[in-house]
Amino acid sequence: MIALLIRDLRIAIRAGGGFGLGLAFFLIVVTLVPFGVGARTELLRAIAPGILWLGALLACLLSLDRVFALDHEDGSLDLLATAPIPLEAVVAIKALAHWITTGLPLVLAAPLFGLLLQLEPRGYPWLVCALLAGTPALSVLGSFGAALTVGLKRGGLLLSLLVLPLYIPTLIFGADVVRRGAQGLDVTTPLLVLAAITLASVALVPFASAAAIRVNLR
Amino acid sequence: MSLWEYANPVKFMRLTDRLWPWAMGLAVVTLVPGLIWGFFATPDAENFGSSVKVIYVHVPAAMMAINIWVMMLIASLVWLVRRHHVSALAAKAAAPIGLVMTLIALVTGAIWGEPMWGTWWAWDPRLTSFLILFLFYLGYLALWAAIDDPDTAADLTGVLCLVGSVFALLSRYAVNFWNQGLHQGATLSLDKEEHIANVYWFPLLLCLAGFVFLFLVLLLARTRTEIRLRRLRALEHRERMQ
Repeated sequence: MIALLIRDLRIAIRAGGGFGLGLAFFLIVVTLVPFGVGARTELLRAIAPGILWLGALLACLLSLDRVFALDHEDGSLDLLATAPIPLEAVVAIKALAHWITTGLPLVLAAPLFGLLLQLEPRGYPWLVCALLAGTPALSVLGSFGAALTVGLKRGGLLLSLLVLPLYIPTLIFGADVVRRGAQGLDVTTPLLVLAAITLASVALVPFASAAAIRVNLR
Repeated sequence: MSLWEYANPVKFMRLTDRLWPWAMGLAVVTLVPGLIWGFFATPDAENFGSSVKVIYVHVPAAMMAINIWVMMLIASLVWLVRRHHVSALAAKAAAPIGLVMTLIALVTGAIWGEPMWGTWWAWDPRLTSFLILFLFYLGYLALWAAIDDPDTAADLTGVLCLVGSVFALLSRYAVNFWNQGLHQGATLSLDKEEHIANVYWFPLLLCLAGFVFLFLVLLLARTRTEIRLRRLRALEHRERMQ
C-alpha cells in the first residue's frame, strides 16, 4: 500500500502538473477576484473566507479526472483491482495521494493567498485549520466522482456536476470556520462538524468508490 | 404470492396495464376538482390576498419533489440488493418527474415570494435546499444519459443516489446553520396547534392526493415505456446477430 502511494506521488510529480497546477490555479482565482469585484480592502476582507474556500474547491476539482483515468487507460487499474489488497484500500490510497499533491500544498500556501485578499490577521490559523480539516473530504468525495466517471471518454464536465453538490456541506462549514475566526468569534461548532464530515467521508465513501470501480471494470 | 413477483417485467406489464387507467381516473377525479375548488371557490386569505392560491400547486409539488427522491432511493436499493430490472427502470423513470416537480416548486415559490417578500429569490434555507435537490436530480440524470450500457448505468446511478441522499440531507441541515430564513414554518403537521384553516385544508388535501396519483400515472407510463424500449433494443440486437 505504501508502495502504491509512493508510485502515485512519483507519477504526479514526474508527469507535471500534480503539485504545481492546482496551486497556480488557486493563485489565478485569487488574482482574478479583485479585478471582478474591485480592490476595496473592506470588501475583499469580507469575502476572503468564501473566495479562499471556493478557490480550494475548484483547484481540487481540476485534478480529479486524473485520479483513476490514467490507470484505467493503461490497464493498471485492472491489476490493482485483482491485487491482494482490497480495492477499498486502493481507492483510499489514491485519494490520499490526490490530497498530498493538491490539498496539502493548498493548506500550506493558503495564508499567502489570505494575505492577497486582506484576510484579518487572526483568521490565518483558522484558515489553515479549516483547510486541513476539510480538504481530505474534498479529495475522498472527488475520488468517488472520478470512480463513477472513469469509464467515460469525456467525463470532465459530468464529474464537476456530480461532485460539486457533494461539496456543499464542506464548503458551508469550512468557510464559516474562517469567517468566524476572522471576526474573533467561537469556531468550535463549525470546526467540529467539518471534522465530522471529513472523518465520516474518509471512513465510508471509499466503499462506494470501490463499488463504482468494480462496476466500471466489469 | 409476494410483491417480488412483479419484479418480472411481463407480470409487471400485465398488472400495470390494468392498474394504469384506474390511476389515471383517480388523478383526474382528485386533481381537477381540487384545483378548481382551490382556485375559484376559496376566499382570499387575510394576509396573503389571492396569492394564497399558489399553495395548491406549490405545496404538493414540493412534497412530491422530496418523496420522489426517497422513492428513487428505495428503488435503487432494491436494484442494488436484489437486481430487479424493473426497479432500476422505475428509478430512472421517476427522476425527470422529480426534476420537474422541484422546478415547479421553485418557480411557484418565486411567484409567491415576489408579492409576499418583495423578492423572487432569497438565500433562505428551504429555497436553497430545493436548489441543491435540483442539482442532485440534474447530476443523477446526467449520469444516466452519459453511460451506454444499461446495467452499468443502473449500478452507478444507484450508488450515486445512495451517496447523494446522505449529502442532500446533510446539505439541508447545513444550510439551516448557514443562513436564517424568510420562509414560513411547516404548513401541514398533525400535532401542532397552528394549522391552516379548514377552508384551505380540504382542497389542499385533494390536490396533494391528486399529485400523488399524477406521479403514479406518469411513473407507470414512463416505466412501461422504458421496459418496451429495453425489449426493442434486445430485438434489434438479436436481429443484428443473425
